[in-house]
Amino acid sequence: MKKAKETVMHIVFLVAACVSIFAVALICIFLFGNGIPAIGKIGLGHFISGMDWKPLNNIFGIFPMIIGSIYVTAGAIIVGVPIGILCAVYMAKFCPKGLYKIFKPAINLMAGIPSIVYGFFGLVVLVPIVQNMHGGSGKGVLAASVLLGIMILPTIISVSESAIRAVPNYYFEGALALGDTKERSIFCAVLPAAKSGIMAGVILGIGRAIGETMAVIMVAGNQPILPDSLFSGVRTLTANIVLEMGYATDLHRQALIATGVVLFVFILIINILFSLLNRRSGDKA
Amino acid sequence: MSKFKQAMETYRKRPLSLFLRIVVIAAAVITAFILGAIIIYILVKGIPNLSPELFAWEYNTDNVSMTPAIINTILMVLLTLVFAAPIGIFSAIYLVEYAKRGNKLVNIIRMTTETLAGIPSIVYGLFGYLMFVIAMHWGYSFIAGALTLAIMVLPTIMRTTEEALKAVPDSYRDGSFGLGAGRLRTVFQVVLPSAIPGILSGVILSIGRIVGETAALIFTAGTIAAIPASVMNSGRTLAIHMYALLNEGLYMNQAYATAVVLLVMVIIINGISGLIAKAFSKRTGEK
Repeated sequence: MKKAKETVMHIVFLVAACVSIFAVALICIFLFGNGIPAIGKIGLGHFISGMDWKPLNNIFGIFPMIIGSIYVTAGAIIVGVPIGILCAVYMAKFCPKGLYKIFKPAINLMAGIPSIVYGFFGLVVLVPIVQNMHGGSGKGVLAASVLLGIMILPTIISVSESAIRAVPNYYFEGALALGDTKERSIFCAVLPAAKSGIMAGVILGIGRAIGETMAVIMVAGNQPILPDSLFSGVRTLTANIVLEMGYATDLHRQALIATGVVLFVFILIINILFSLLNRRSGDKA
Repeated sequence: MSKFKQAMETYRKRPLSLFLRIVVIAAAVITAFILGAIIIYILVKGIPNLSPELFAWEYNTDNVSMTPAIINTILMVLLTLVFAAPIGIFSAIYLVEYAKRGNKLVNIIRMTTETLAGIPSIVYGLFGYLMFVIAMHWGYSFIAGALTLAIMVLPTIMRTTEEALKAVPDSYRDGSFGLGAGRLRTVFQVVLPSAIPGILSGVILSIGRIVGETAALIFTAGTIAAIPASVMNSGRTLAIHMYALLNEGLYMNQAYATAVVLLVMVIIINGISGLIAKAFSKRTGEK
């Protein structure tokens, strides 16, 4: 009796553990199963490199959206990565203990703020600022980049901070003992050693930026054209799906699902990069 | 004072160090400023817009009440956790207590969990739409939303539970085995109770994600502004309610008010999670 219970529960635990494998398999089957036929119908070349997105005329080219996603993600990196890494250095090495007790939960809170609230903040604060600077609608690459840069800050800060803390203290002390200042010891001895961990944080941030939807929709303008300046409107892959999924039918709907497939492939590549880097930094520590 | 002078002297000789110190502090100040600006701006602009009619029991286009959405949010959290919590905790138990080291299956599970953690919510939304809404013919329904979210928060619960279980010292297990208890009994009566705070902080973290989720819910749970009669009906959570308000563009003031409620919910959830995590680390620290 007791033995049977043990065996049954062992199997229950095993099955539960396999749910995540099952889930990933289902996600792949449903996305690829629904998206790839559409890509086949439109033609891979037309779909990926097509410059026009005109669902009414059955023209589905997502090149502007791919470029749009890459632009705002690159912008987010330019805004978020330097501030994030420097802030992580502050938290790991300069922050007084008392302040840290407030700062660390604050960063966690920043990670917890819903993206729709970020989007709203961007809409009512960032967009008017950009508007005052340059005129026009204010929605576009710049507003989206800054907002995404803010949103990926907590990810980059947390991962980089733990990477910096994982560097053995003798790196830092050794540099100090050689007569270097605290700042130079950190930037020349500790940071290089934490390099792959910090890179992993940056890649995680990139994944978040590319996948972000709700906040971007609010501030990007969403025109499906190639942006020609920092201020022109831009539509990302994610925005394309949410904006039109509600009313799309037939091939249009399938094309949107195929957009999701392209996004999914991007994310898978980023994930693989992330786990490779993680493994490398894990080996070192 | 002399220490300060000494420091200034060093910096005068090494301007690069001074520069580095300044940019590091500037980055921290900028981060704190941004977070402060978001919170203060939304509270200041939103609190005056909180009016009693926003909390009327029934939603209509005049009062745009958020009460149904608030109740839906709570229901969605509960329904999602019903699926995600047992599966997440059980899989963590398998990984930590049952699986042998270097097991191939364990590596695959870890890989898939990592993959799940990296998938953006809109892709979850698409998947939930294709599988639950279309393939299963459930239509826009609460259950479709909850199952989609359950897969989404699964990695969070698994990872935190795993860490909590690993933090339980092996001597507990050895003691229990020594007294003749089986593996199952050891897990449920010895290991799990001492890992509860860690597990709870993970669950609360997932609650935060569920409360704030929009993209994964729009095309699964739908956007009907009423408390659903059953799990097969559509119902909007607070985050979707806010998206709908912004999308219609007519309800900016109400959107401010909704943002306040959402933000306060998230702050409370984060606070509780932090407190529990602290209690946990204190306890393991003493051992």
